[in-house]
Amino acid sequence: MSAKILEVKYLKKYFPVKKNMFGKDVEFVKAVDGVDFHIEHGEILGLVGESGCGKSTTGRTVLRLLEPTEGKIIFEGQDITHLKKKKLRSVYKHMQLVFQDPFASLNPRKKVGKAIEEVLFVHGMKSEAQRRERVRQLFAMVGLKGEEDKYPHEFSGGQRQRIVIARALAVNPKLIICDEPVSALDVSIQAQIINLLIDLKNRLGLSYLFISHDLRVVKYMSDRVAVMYLGKIVEIAPAEELFKNPAHPYSLALLSSVSGFRTGKNKKRLILEGEVPSPVSPPSGCRFRTRCNYATEQCSEIEPQIKCVGSNHFVSCHLY
Amino acid sequence: MLNEEVTEVKDLNGNILEVKNLGINFHVEDRVIPAVDGVSFSLMKGETLGLVGESGCGKSVTALSIIGLLQTPPAKIVKGEILFRGENLLNKNSEEMRKLRGKDISMIFQEPMTSLNPVFTVGRQISEVIMQHRNLSKKEALSKTIDMLKLVRIPSPEKVVKQYPHQLSGGMRQRVMIAIALACEPELLIADEPTTALDVTVEAQILELINELKNKMHSSIIMISHDLGVVSEIADKVAVMYSGRIVEYADVHSIFNEPKHPYTRGLLEAVPDIDTDKGQRLKEIKGVVPFPDEIKEGCRFKTRCDCASKDCMIKEPPILEVGTNLVRCWIYA
Repeated sequence: MSAKILEVKYLKKYFPVKKNMFGKDVEFVKAVDGVDFHIEHGEILGLVGESGCGKSTTGRTVLRLLEPTEGKIIFEGQDITHLKKKKLRSVYKHMQLVFQDPFASLNPRKKVGKAIEEVLFVHGMKSEAQRRERVRQLFAMVGLKGEEDKYPHEFSGGQRQRIVIARALAVNPKLIICDEPVSALDVSIQAQIINLLIDLKNRLGLSYLFISHDLRVVKYMSDRVAVMYLGKIVEIAPAEELFKNPAHPYSLALLSSVSGFRTGKNKKRLILEGEVPSPVSPPSGCRFRTRCNYATEQCSEIEPQIKCVGSNHFVSCHLY
Repeated sequence: MLNEEVTEVKDLNGNILEVKNLGINFHVEDRVIPAVDGVSFSLMKGETLGLVGESGCGKSVTALSIIGLLQTPPAKIVKGEILFRGENLLNKNSEEMRKLRGKDISMIFQEPMTSLNPVFTVGRQISEVIMQHRNLSKKEALSKTIDMLKLVRIPSPEKVVKQYPHQLSGGMRQRVMIAIALACEPELLIADEPTTALDVTVEAQILELINELKNKMHSSIIMISHDLGVVSEIADKVAVMYSGRIVEYADVHSIFNEPKHPYTRGLLEAVPDIDTDKGQRLKEIKGVVPFPDEIKEGCRFKTRCDCASKDCMIKEPPILEVGTNLVRCWIYA
């Protein structure tokens, strides 16, 4: 088996927005438009970008919650791009998702322990005693020992997120896709969840695709970070390297917009002009050229290819 | 000043705003929930105060009470005073407040998506404020509106005045909100999480804009945020709130470099900074944020504090001066 747990090749996801008079889709939101990356065993890959850049869509498409328009998703050497629903279930034993909003992702009418038992039942654990025991274990693992007979409203946001994590862990997955797992939580609670995710990773040997817009959290959590802009990955590099030597002009601007608390004021922010163009008709050539300070004529004509600019450091920009 | 016990100083010392011992209760069903209790701070001309805290700590309620937009009932201001240019705003009737609001004190809200009226054009919403507070004709107001849009750097303002909010992006709408707030060059601007709903690159644009406008108009600003990064960038002084109280109050440098209160220290260590080492474990603040009426006696932070002692359980700590910081904690007594 290769060291890669997940490989995504030229993944595309288009959402139709307009049909012509014959009912054929003619206009698309190109939410994800040719994305390549891989995650190694035991690795945390951070995925950052602004809202609407396609990072959540990428996460969902990888899980096949959305059908990919084009491209390949290879999980542990197995191509799951066109797997049938039934077979997909066996993949979900190894790949799970943690959502952003812990208030919307739990059924309010079910006791939280029962909700997790349901997951176990679906995945073939038929003995009730066994299920109860497993749920007890899971709750202890996420720091909610003995709380499994309560309803979701009895928990705070942070605790709910722990339950959502417990549910994801129920089937012993190898890869968890975390879609903004701490964004909805209070600052003092975020640290608890981040620490929990790191502990679980170390203990259970998990890999994460960690989607977030909070660059400080991503830097802290991730081994490598991919920066997305308008449906494409513009740069991908080890976290330290990316934050020290960002190569793509967009990464440069994005990273300069976070400042250290203690060094705060004197740092110069690079201010990007304008706004993200519409993903329905992205600019020709390089997608970032309309806001880029270094844009040349070449950028509007030829789309830059991804290039290696250092060890494990890839960037798609004509500057290199 | 923060210290409640200090006898009232009549001279304003250049302070444009003084909040003294403010207390606000919410009456919900049979319960009385103290959302804000004994909050005092002051603001000088041209100064920026950062109000930091987690959800439910009372920071927005404090802000709304200053601008007179608090819903009463369920809220009730039970004690304290809010002195703006020496006059107590709490004694003003709604007509008097309306004249101040938008002209001398204005506010930027968190949600640019919901704070503009969807059925009026952007131009009308800005010129409404201008016509309301200054004796200008429609035409003059329109040209002033276009000036304001230019000021907040909206491209092609002549076009944008005729557009409706839904035609603008989030960042643009927040700029419109800022244009409305600044249309009459207020002396006091309250910004309630102005960048929380926005992307980081847009956040950078908006913060720079607020800073620039502050220098141009010499307004005083109260910046409410839960994001320590934003506050560190823009504030001169910082007040950290917890469960309806200010627990620490100091200049921005001391807050971030020499935090004194266990809660402030915890907050700073709980978020990874950009230079936090990967191996270094984040320090958690244990437990959850209590409801405002959950803790009846002693220090409000006692259930989550690592340094809590016997005193903390029974007696609420007074405000103590520690170096340049004002801290509400028994450790320093």
